[in-house]
Amino acid sequence: MNLKSTLKKLGYAKVHKQMNDVFLKYTAKVVFLIIITFSINLFFSGHYTPGGGFVGGLLAAAAIVLLLLAYDLKTINKMIPFDHKWLIALGLTLSVFVPLVLMIFGQPFFTHQALYIELPIFGEVPIHTAVFFDVGVYITVAATTLLIITLLATEQAMSDSEGADRS
Amino acid sequence: MMTDILPLLPVLVPVIAGIVMLFTGRRNVYLQRVIASATGLILVILSVVTIIYIAGNGMAVTHVGNWNAPYGISMVIDMLAALLLFGTAIVTFTVVVFSFQSIGAVRERFFYYPMVMFMITGVNGAFITGDIFNMFVFFEVFLLASYVLITIGGTKIQLQEGFKYYLVNVISSNFFVLSVAYLYVSVGTLNMADIHQKLSAFEGDAAILTIIAVVMLFVFATKAGLFPFYFWLPGSYFAPPIPIMALFGALLTKVGVYAIARTYSLFFIDNIGFTHQMLLFLAVLTIIMGSIGALAYTDMKKIIIYNILIAIGVITAGYAMMDEAGTIGATYYLIHDIIIKAGLFFLIGFIIYRTGESDINRLGGLIKIHPVAGWTFFIAALGIAGVPPFSGFYGKLFITESLIDNGHVFSAIIVLLSSLVVLYSIMRIFISVFWGENMDFSKLKPISYDKLLFSSFVMIALVVILGFGADIFYPIFESAAQSLYDPASYSGYLLEVE
Repeated sequence: MNLKSTLKKLGYAKVHKQMNDVFLKYTAKVVFLIIITFSINLFFSGHYTPGGGFVGGLLAAAAIVLLLLAYDLKTINKMIPFDHKWLIALGLTLSVFVPLVLMIFGQPFFTHQALYIELPIFGEVPIHTAVFFDVGVYITVAATTLLIITLLATEQAMSDSEGADRS
Repeated sequence: MMTDILPLLPVLVPVIAGIVMLFTGRRNVYLQRVIASATGLILVILSVVTIIYIAGNGMAVTHVGNWNAPYGISMVIDMLAALLLFGTAIVTFTVVVFSFQSIGAVRERFFYYPMVMFMITGVNGAFITGDIFNMFVFFEVFLLASYVLITIGGTKIQLQEGFKYYLVNVISSNFFVLSVAYLYVSVGTLNMADIHQKLSAFEGDAAILTIIAVVMLFVFATKAGLFPFYFWLPGSYFAPPIPIMALFGALLTKVGVYAIARTYSLFFIDNIGFTHQMLLFLAVLTIIMGSIGALAYTDMKKIIIYNILIAIGVITAGYAMMDEAGTIGATYYLIHDIIIKAGLFFLIGFIIYRTGESDINRLGGLIKIHPVAGWTFFIAALGIAGVPPFSGFYGKLFITESLIDNGHVFSAIIVLLSSLVVLYSIMRIFISVFWGENMDFSKLKPISYDKLLFSSFVMIALVVILGFGADIFYPIFESAAQSLYDPASYSGYLLEVE
């Protein structure tokens, strides 16, 4: 079966197993793929129809949270080997600097530019700057949601009773 | 080209600085300090350039995404917004410098400077946006950052008061969306200038507008801390450390006042007898409640916090008149109050960090150790109370004149009496902290405080300049007030679009 282990195929040989719910784990893998695909679909349909980076990012985070439920935090951290805060910064950078570069065209902030190119199979494909902006939104939303949920999931002591003012 | 870029820079510069600081990581505190203070300085220069540009060329307008007004979102800087941008910029710069020696390394590592920058993004955005829904978005931007700032460090009182602050603001934000929805249903546009033009020619039943005015007043009064809705303010502003307190006290309430002034000059022009009368009523009650609080406490932080309420009341009373003298006075007092409140917070912050005490009864005789700081505090006290050559005087002069002209003699007397209360409450701090019996000087903390004093001196110097140069600055404030008492001059930019 090609669905034998999505994670193993991606190179994550060691999957941490704490509880042995085979059904949940197997289903989670399948459903994860479906949700991620749907989130990418939503993301690309965003410009003219409902969807976009925000909803797509939320769905992607939901998919990863599903894996988090089925497996554990270590697996997720191996799957996404980046610091969530760094990902947020990356997403913000994309969504600010893409419109900023466009100001070089002498147009107001956020004015979008489109380029149509011919590809062999797909035919005419638009390259739209709004897409790159939206990629930034997607990453930021997904990473923020994940950061919140993983922070709540880990029982890391964020602060004691006196916090930063303890001496 | 120039007009396309200039209006957006006050939003873009801090957000870019914030993102860069996110990348530099939390370990490198020194780099964060450099970036944050440089950004503050850039913002100050930028806002001065903006003021000069607007004085020469009139309003700076850009249509984001090249969607023309009233369909797209417009960024509109008139003189009022430009002056507030200057106030925000100078407070940002001095707060950042003040933080170097006061906020503590732990908080600095937990994204303190990026959060300050993101908050400034929201505050600046709320000042310059020309779209009422976009204003809501920028309100959310600075509120989100302020939730982080009020709880940063996670001390018990911060979490307790932060939760209260969060709850109050979430509820009032919901009502903000609600009132914007009402407005959109009845007018059919969200561009503030366009709403003004549509409402000037409004034929239908204006009762709905009175309802919207009340809902919007509820929202902005909660943010600004007007009379029935100020209950969260003394507690929440008391919780965070001094630099954050200065940032909140100087800026966040003023955003609420700005929003009141903007909406009440542009939207609610039909039923002035009710809406503006209500505004004046709440303003006077705010002054009275603030005065009671300022006299009741012996904690320096509480005294200054209740002085915020008095100032909010005085400014709102000026804006409630909505005539020429009232708006000039209120605008002048608004800028004056941003600067002097930050300066006072810095000065008491210096005292608190130096002595470790905030109760005035346990302090005394500090003038022997810190004569310069003591006399600076004295000047600040004269300035905030409005003793003539200093800047508070001119604002109150115009506001009182306008109140008497419009027949609100009682309110005028309250405004004048509040000056006495302010003078007494601040002088009480001065007398018992700097004069009085010597405290135990061996208990003074051996901290380095040159940057704490630097921030205070900058602010107090600005107050003195603002006061002595009132004649020179008068045309600037007059043109700032013009877009309030003559809203047609604000909405005029729409004509150029067609």
